Amino acid sequence: MAVTKLFGASVKRREDPRLITGRGNFTDHIRLPGTLFMALKRSPHAHARIVRVDVSKARAMPGVVAVYTGQDLVDKLAPVPCAWLIPNSDLKVPSYRALAVDKVRYVGDAVAAVVAENRYVAEDALEAIDVEYEVLPAIVDQEQATQDGAPQLYDDVPNNIAFHWKLHAGDFDSAWNQAEVKLSRRLINHRLIPTAMEPRGALAHYNPGTGDLTIWCTSQNPHVHRLLLSAVTGIPETRIRVIATDVGGGFGSKIPMYSGEMLASAISRDLGRPIKWFESRRENYVATTHGRDHIQYVDLAATREGKVTGIRVKSYANLGAYLSTASPGVPTWLFGLMLCGAYAIPAVHVDVFGVVTNTTPTDAYRGAGRPEATYLLERMMDLLARELGMDPADIRRKNFVPKEQFPYTTATGLQYDSGNYEATLDRALELVNYQQLRREQEELRAQGRYLGIGFSTYVEVCGLAPSAAAGAMGFQGGLWESATVRVHPSGKVSVFTGSNPHGQGEETTFAQIVADELGISIDDVEIVHGDTEMIPFGMGTYGSRSLAVGGTAVIMATRKVKEKATKIAAHLLEVAPEDVTFENGRFFVKGAPDRAKTFQEVAGAAYLAWSMPEGVTPGLEETHFHDPINNTFPFGCHICVAEVDADTGKVSFRKYVAVDDVGNVVNPMIVDGQVHGGIAQGLAQAVYEYAAYDENGQLLTATLMDYAVPKASMLPRFDVDRTVTPTPVNPMGAKGAGETGTIASTPAVANAIIDALSPFGIDHLDIPLTPERIWRAVQERRG
Amino acid sequence: MYPSTFEYYRPSSVSEAIQLLSQNPDAKLLAGGHSLIPAMKLRLSSPAALIDITRIPGLSGIRDTGDRVVIGATTTYDEVMRSELIQRTLPILPETIDVIGDLQVRNLGTIGGSLAHADPAADLPAVMLALGAEFKAIGPNGERTIPVDQFFVDLFTTALQPNEILTEIAIPKPAGRTGMAYEKFANPASGYAVVGAAAVVTLGADGRVTAARVAVTGAGPYAVRRTETEQALVGQEPTTEVIKQASQRASEGMTFNSDVFASDEYRAHLTRVFVGRAIAKAAQRAQG
Repeated sequence: MAVTKLFGASVKRREDPRLITGRGNFTDHIRLPGTLFMALKRSPHAHARIVRVDVSKARAMPGVVAVYTGQDLVDKLAPVPCAWLIPNSDLKVPSYRALAVDKVRYVGDAVAAVVAENRYVAEDALEAIDVEYEVLPAIVDQEQATQDGAPQLYDDVPNNIAFHWKLHAGDFDSAWNQAEVKLSRRLINHRLIPTAMEPRGALAHYNPGTGDLTIWCTSQNPHVHRLLLSAVTGIPETRIRVIATDVGGGFGSKIPMYSGEMLASAISRDLGRPIKWFESRRENYVATTHGRDHIQYVDLAATREGKVTGIRVKSYANLGAYLSTASPGVPTWLFGLMLCGAYAIPAVHVDVFGVVTNTTPTDAYRGAGRPEATYLLERMMDLLARELGMDPADIRRKNFVPKEQFPYTTATGLQYDSGNYEATLDRALELVNYQQLRREQEELRAQGRYLGIGFSTYVEVCGLAPSAAAGAMGFQGGLWESATVRVHPSGKVSVFTGSNPHGQGEETTFAQIVADELGISIDDVEIVHGDTEMIPFGMGTYGSRSLAVGGTAVIMATRKVKEKATKIAAHLLEVAPEDVTFENGRFFVKGAPDRAKTFQEVAGAAYLAWSMPEGVTPGLEETHFHDPINNTFPFGCHICVAEVDADTGKVSFRKYVAVDDVGNVVNPMIVDGQVHGGIAQGLAQAVYEYAAYDENGQLLTATLMDYAVPKASMLPRFDVDRTVTPTPVNPMGAKGAGETGTIASTPAVANAIIDALSPFGIDHLDIPLTPERIWRAVQERRG
Repeated sequence: MYPSTFEYYRPSSVSEAIQLLSQNPDAKLLAGGHSLIPAMKLRLSSPAALIDITRIPGLSGIRDTGDRVVIGATTTYDEVMRSELIQRTLPILPETIDVIGDLQVRNLGTIGGSLAHADPAADLPAVMLALGAEFKAIGPNGERTIPVDQFFVDLFTTALQPNEILTEIAIPKPAGRTGMAYEKFANPASGYAVVGAAAVVTLGADGRVTAARVAVTGAGPYAVRRTETEQALVGQEPTTEVIKQASQRASEGMTFNSDVFASDEYRAHLTRVFVGRAIAKAAQRAQG
């Protein structure tokens, strides 16, 4: 499509004035008369049998309206659903009750719900609930959990293995047997806590008169939540309205169905009053899903020239105590399929064991599976370079899928849409001034200073699709997106999208696209999202899919509108539709540009309907459900330059260069913002953030005083640039940019630090590379 | 994040505050609340009453008494940091306060509140030890002065009696050719000191150390002086080697904290490193 005025322009985010000035419409801002507050009694034990729950004291407290135990709700609420039923993996989905009935399985598992006149009373009443537990031995480590004799979470999940997923592509065994170079490593990709700025919460309002349930909640996918809420409460979908207009970040943690939203709905129906529930940050840390947490055994086969001939991975994925909504798909399909990365690797064997443990459930977290694959590959590429004495840039270049080979089918069966990997590497080397840096590194080493340069040349998958692939992967939903474009009689336009931005800026980017298509002012385009009563069924925002899939649905619906408007304009201009041209918001007769109707005039005529062409109905509104033909595959090269203080182990960052290729870019400022935020999150995994449990299953990093979300002062300056290789998958040529930074940065940072430590003979340390871990490694080598 | 029920009092004089303290044995003094309120929200602390002393006239402010600088207990960090008198005479205070919390904390948190709370990872205790401050406390039996060396006695525990109120901090003005520095290894999550080292070093005309006070916070259950280190400096020229030898002794006889971020062994190491860095900087500043 022609690049016009707004496509490619850094239009300021239209959502920002209201968000910055505190006028957002977040769930906790909604007030309804007669609302009761719900608080949840959570288990202090990681694993225990519930002997007795005595709620009598709490019930008797003034201001307490009701108290529910798990037993009270068994008939009123079905178990929390799991919606990614991966096939051929002997998957077991154990029962996951909103309130635990017989056992608690992690610290934070809910055992009772208090409903009171206000939050203070509700919190006080929690302390009055007396739960008698028979404490059981807990298991936290997913590898140990599979050993004989380990504590068992469920009778029907032997050895705590919920699934064993396999993907064996190509002949790894012969690659291994013939390999000139063999590398084997155990890598840990540790657990993280998503930490959205807004915790989760809900306001559920059941009207006993109409039988309607309206629920405001913190959702990335309101229609999916409506469907799941219907399934667990038995209230028909037609009677449920889910509203999630402003959502304060999610990073994947607001995709799943959780107990809080379910309980608020069921209890509102039970009591006939609105119920509000909101997490504290501490609850958010123990009871909203975590991410990552793999233990990976990797074997890499290569030639002496540095060509990778095969990779084998056995991974233990920690699922936590229960299977969250999408959790089986994240460490399997989203991980295993991406194990070729940017490289032409002919043989890939993956075995993933999904293991239940006495920890908070895990699910998608920004990148979801791809960061775990990318870190593994990029770390192994550096190890291979070290083994062969090659430059880490050269080893990557040698293994890249060459640009002539796109579309390229990987050993794992993905079709990479388009790419030019070397171009991003070359540009990043130039920006970072690579040769000069290597010389500087040598000079500093001579002075006892330790500078390191780390690479990550990644590929990721965006715009998860198509629906047929979702079906083959066992995902219990489609991967399309919907859009309705409604032109009002005045020519103003409302766009209803099934995507549900919660920080991504689609109220701006989608409006840019529509304004361009219709040749009208961006101020005449309104983007509506997050209300199931107003928009057609949509899949929501996750997996960097909103622009590639949702944006395409918007374009297709807009084009249908244009087509109909052209017919009406032709009729008004008394010519055939083929003789009408549409440009800059005007329909005119070819060769006679003065014979014209504006878009607004045509919109008015469509609603007056005094004179319509034959067979054309009144009104101007179109809907499109877009199911893409393929995913998109952004890629790029990130280079981190870091210095390690060998006396303390503290890392300081010198430089960070990111050259990404996300195809065509609608709004460069928004993409830069996504890249910056993503790098911050990924860098944080490398050096700052980690969820730590003790052996009894107590979360040791349960507050922001212990869990180090980085502040701006803890980050380097980011030098961001792009190459542009459009995708043929959608009319915009846009790939998606929501997760690239997170996926790319963790290995770039880790590789930089390990490069800095190479004079000590260190070739690998597991992340997070905290000061003490680095200091200890240096101490050991110094002896 | 919702505290349990408590009474709130706002006395208008120190004697009224002491009376309230005596009448409410489960009460806590509120003097900014940037440590207490978070603990109450997490229900780690559930005092039956809060006695807000921040509006008692005369408890805040900074004055010059000739040989000493006296800071009222409810003076905010920000007021201390901006005081021209303090910037001129006790530059270690603005330097330290700059790495305490954030703007909001510095605007509301008070110097007396922090010192009386005696958080093991707070920055000011080490600085007060290095400066040789004196603390004035008032209780039902009148007023007394507590030297800083006797003030911090254990984890969150000071020499203050339950019904005493810290009212003033008096700091001697440093002699000529004195340099002071605070060096901190901050926890990346909380910003609190994993290890913080304060050093105040005075040089004689011959360039040798005539007096040195060195203290450490964050590393152990409470802030402590490092007298072996001090003794190793006095009478010496502060060369790199002398400072290295002296700082090696900084971890002697100490008990170290251990947590998920830093083990006791690592804290001991950091103590030696940061004490060395603080002394080196203080000595350099003393040399002018």
